[in-house]
Amino acid sequence: MEKMTRVSTVSGHTMFCHLDAPANAISVCRDATQVVVAGRNIFKIYGLEEDGFTERLNLRVGRKPSLNFSCADVMWHQMEENLLATAATNGAVVTWNLARSCRNKQEQLFTEHKRTVNKVCFHPTEVYMLLSGSQDGFMKCFDLRKKESVSTFSGQSESVRDVQFSIKDYFTFAASFENGNVQLWDIRRPDRYERMFTAHTGPVFCCDWHPEDRGWLATGGRDKMVKVWDMSTNRVKEIYCVQTIASVARVKWRPERRYHLATCSMMVDHNIYVWDVRRPFIPFATFEEHKDVTTGIVWRHQHDPYYLLSGSKDSTLYQHMFKDASRPVDRANPEGLCFGLFGDLAFAAKESLMSGPSSAGDVGRKTYPGGDRRYPIFFFKKPDVREQFAQVSSALSVFESEAGSSVGMDWFINTAQSYLLSGKPFAELCEHNAQVAKRLNRPQESTTWTMLRIMFSEPANPSLSSNHNLNKSGNLPLVNSFSMKEMSAALNERNKENRQDNLHSLETNLNNNDENEETEGSEGQAEYLFGDAELDDDDLYSMEHDNHAAEEPEYLLPQEAFPLRHEIMDHPSAPEPVQERPESPHVSGSETENTCLTSTESFSLISVSQLLFSPHLPPKFFCPIVKEMLCFYAEQGDVQMAVSVLIVLGDRIRKEIDELTQEHWYMSYIDLLQRFELWNVSNEVIKLSTCGPIMCLNQTSTTLHINCSNCKRPMSNKGWICDRCHQCASVCAVCHHVVKGLFVWCQGCSHGGHLEHVMEWLKQSKHCPAGCGHLCEYT
Amino acid sequence: MKEEAGVDQPQTLPSGPSAFIPIEEILDEGAAQEVMSEALLSEGRVDHINTMMGLHPTYQTCFQRTHNALLQLDGPLPLSWRHFIIILASARHQCSYLVQHHSSAFLLAGGDESWLRGLHCAPPKIQRLQTLNKLLAHRPWIITQEHIQELVCPGAEARWSLAELIQAIVLMSHAHSLASFVWGCGVLPEPEQSGDESLQMCSPTESCCARDKARNQQEWSEAVNEVKLLMEKMMIVQQQGEEFTQEEMVTRFERERTESLLEPADVQRSVLPDCFSRFVVDADFTYQDFSPRGVQAPPTMRAQDYSWEDHGFSLMNRLYGEMAQLLDEKFQVVCALTYNTMAMHSHVDTSTLRKAIWNYIHCIYGIRYDDYNYGEVNQLLERSLKVYVKTVACHPEKTTPRMYFSFWRQFRHSEKVHVNLLLMEARLQAALLYALRAITRYMT
Repeated sequence: MEKMTRVSTVSGHTMFCHLDAPANAISVCRDATQVVVAGRNIFKIYGLEEDGFTERLNLRVGRKPSLNFSCADVMWHQMEENLLATAATNGAVVTWNLARSCRNKQEQLFTEHKRTVNKVCFHPTEVYMLLSGSQDGFMKCFDLRKKESVSTFSGQSESVRDVQFSIKDYFTFAASFENGNVQLWDIRRPDRYERMFTAHTGPVFCCDWHPEDRGWLATGGRDKMVKVWDMSTNRVKEIYCVQTIASVARVKWRPERRYHLATCSMMVDHNIYVWDVRRPFIPFATFEEHKDVTTGIVWRHQHDPYYLLSGSKDSTLYQHMFKDASRPVDRANPEGLCFGLFGDLAFAAKESLMSGPSSAGDVGRKTYPGGDRRYPIFFFKKPDVREQFAQVSSALSVFESEAGSSVGMDWFINTAQSYLLSGKPFAELCEHNAQVAKRLNRPQESTTWTMLRIMFSEPANPSLSSNHNLNKSGNLPLVNSFSMKEMSAALNERNKENRQDNLHSLETNLNNNDENEETEGSEGQAEYLFGDAELDDDDLYSMEHDNHAAEEPEYLLPQEAFPLRHEIMDHPSAPEPVQERPESPHVSGSETENTCLTSTESFSLISVSQLLFSPHLPPKFFCPIVKEMLCFYAEQGDVQMAVSVLIVLGDRIRKEIDELTQEHWYMSYIDLLQRFELWNVSNEVIKLSTCGPIMCLNQTSTTLHINCSNCKRPMSNKGWICDRCHQCASVCAVCHHVVKGLFVWCQGCSHGGHLEHVMEWLKQSKHCPAGCGHLCEYT
Repeated sequence: MKEEAGVDQPQTLPSGPSAFIPIEEILDEGAAQEVMSEALLSEGRVDHINTMMGLHPTYQTCFQRTHNALLQLDGPLPLSWRHFIIILASARHQCSYLVQHHSSAFLLAGGDESWLRGLHCAPPKIQRLQTLNKLLAHRPWIITQEHIQELVCPGAEARWSLAELIQAIVLMSHAHSLASFVWGCGVLPEPEQSGDESLQMCSPTESCCARDKARNQQEWSEAVNEVKLLMEKMMIVQQQGEEFTQEEMVTRFERERTESLLEPADVQRSVLPDCFSRFVVDADFTYQDFSPRGVQAPPTMRAQDYSWEDHGFSLMNRLYGEMAQLLDEKFQVVCALTYNTMAMHSHVDTSTLRKAIWNYIHCIYGIRYDDYNYGEVNQLLERSLKVYVKTVACHPEKTTPRMYFSFWRQFRHSEKVHVNLLLMEARLQAALLYALRAITRYMT
């Protein structure tokens, strides 16, 4: 009851005041009416009032205050309200008595520590007992009635970062060290510690005893973790662990809330977090007021969980109200979405959203007709009444792509494997790749390759197939007899529609392949069309429409395209067979550049390519178009095409595209290849790339970790001699000779040998050739 | 001080790794065969730096690990860039050893040969590092968050990411401190490095006579007494619990920091050899004591406010995790390194002496420990040692054999190398602290 009344007397709101200097530590007096702030250049007492902080007393007196005033830590005695202790950066421990009548309240000065004192701590129930921990590795216990320390504890280690008296056990205190250890001491036995355990890697900056649970100690370290240890058992046990985002400078249990603790960090992160140790992944509450690192946190009253005081390097002192804290949980997004490699889609959302007859679920199912919807295992947490977290349980659904389209990415794999990127003359590479694309029902890519070949091939060496086409076209009653203008206009209209369609289909299908399938049918038509000019216009248009998807990059250049067409039309003098052999040089001489840009004609151009692309036309001219085309492919998600073309064209195009974009494409493609485990292809791509950062990929992570085949321990040595058993580790288990060249070994038992020998051996036997009994596998 | 460094004397190439230390002695003292064999296996040979460090095998392993991680393992910067940054950094201290070594490593890593023609041939992104390089090398305390911002700020051209920048910073300060080591120990060029006459550090004849001088009988007995005296002082320092006013402490700190008499006489060649000048911009920018009472003087950095253990590590760990661990380990190793020997005495607690050297170097770089009495530095470090330490830490290129031989005449060479290790690491830490502090401020 008494507790209740006392708590009710303190009230207030979130408020702050400016200090003159950065604070290093703060401490609050027992009745929660005053707070002391200490730092390198500040040592003041503020009163906590309803509407703000008021400065009560400046303890930093004298014109040139000595280093004894430069505080690393401060503590207000919890029994004696006039007694304060500070730890100075020069190694002094000072006590202050507010009851002294003169201005200088300094009472006692202990200069026994050789180095900075990191922490001072009063005994919770004993008035005259003070403990200090210093950088020099010693802890000292002072009796304030005496001039010297009564006992010295040596941590046998570099520096003590924190010391804390146990609240429940009269004689016990905990000390945390820079080397990651935590020691428990009995105040009566200065000769050696009671227990020691390694709590963190790197320094343990702070520790705090649980106010109620006798055995619980929270520690925070540079390794960004807060750990809660149970000391009541024989073996110290880690019972909770919270991973924060920066090294933990202070940790304080929240009063009256068994599982809550507040932390602030040493660097980078300025917020104060209150964690529920049972929910270590998201802070229970966050105070985000400070602009620089928070250096001291303290709960305003030891039985009041709603007020937190904090001091910071930004020279402010804050009182935080719990009701004003931000709750990250509320902002957390419990939905997740992820694509699988083969077009599967996993989606996790709040169960209420999923199970309800809400439209969301239906839409989901509609979008992926035929998709298989499964519910894999769930992890349900038993709701804990005392837990103040909102309960969220999510459902996970997986939408598998259709069985038919699960072949979906096959084209990618096939293409990746079949494309030739180097090793042959340019024209042949293009031709080959065009064939590959064609075979895989990808007319758009196929055409692109052919186009590229035509654009960039040396005019002097026309490939066979183009001749072939030429012949064909020679027989044709020429297609271009119809009005180009009309056609292009119509096309452009259709373009727009079509683009929308495309976008739409992209959105709904989420699968490139579908799109390919759409265009699939058109291919035959297209050829047919060129074979036979008697098709009526409708057919022609429909063909162009379909093909248009393939040729979109070219269509994306309206500014260039329009005037060109007009110019073409301005060639009335050209006889009907404009593209007849004898005429074409003329055409190319004046207007070919334009002609070739008009994408509508791509097919007809192909058919007469040899003539059109006379030596007058530098391949360089096409670069802008090709560049746009590559960008288009990349945009569309077909980074494979972009990279392949980039590699095959090599110097012809490389300079046109900025390095970063290239690198981006390469990275994406390599990433995709590696996901599909196409290591060889990805390696080839890396090798053929000309981007610095990409080429470096093969030079990094080249370390191979191996075990010695004799002693089975990791070989730390370079070379093949094991430094433990001094034997050569690369002996073939079959022929017992040292292996030079290809060496294969089993990751299970570390035995191996010549590739051929091991292959042969494992054909006959399942066991390891070394006779170790291991069932080696060779795949 | 009269200098007679015979830089231009015709000479035969001295053999062995160091101009100061005879090879026999290194082999005698180098109990580090094991460590060596590892370096031998991985590199095919042991270079001179490694040979020298091999005198302190525990440190050498640690150093080598960091060095390899920095230059070979995964990191945000391309391999060739890393070598190039080392070249830029060591050129500031005119360290031909490192410049040549890393020039070939640079080419080996696939670097563009044209870059070696000079800084102006390197990409602008690298060129933008030069201000930071200059400051890190000579006056790290001037580094502010603006310098960082300039490089990292999204608007800037050829922008550095923080991860890249931190690696570059570590590389640069690593190279600067390594240059100190190379000069401080008189490491000679590798045999295959071209013996550019102008680059020879000193003539072996001179170093020989200096050495012989040190062995002179009378001086020898003098020296023995010096050691005794030093040990006595150390005992006193360890026991005394005297108290000082803050003012007294500050005065002592300032006195140590600004002893301008310790500035080495200017023996610098008037014109920077071309092999360095092409990598160096603003070559006149060198170490300078900042006037402590001046208006624009940057405030001294308090070790308690920004220390490696607490702040530096935390930040580095965030941006370049592996390196933070390695550096932390290296600092720990070097601070703990002792054989409890001093010259001819053994079982000596040398911690005060080591601490004094470490803190003296930090003091030169403007870092002050509240809990350290700088009077100790004055008592423990003799004048010639201070001259040497300050020269090697701040103007390594001005180190002369005379300086090396005139301090601690009676001490073993390995102990002098030990001093160099302390020096190198303290310098590295100081530079890193300033750079990291600037980054912290940039981030907040």
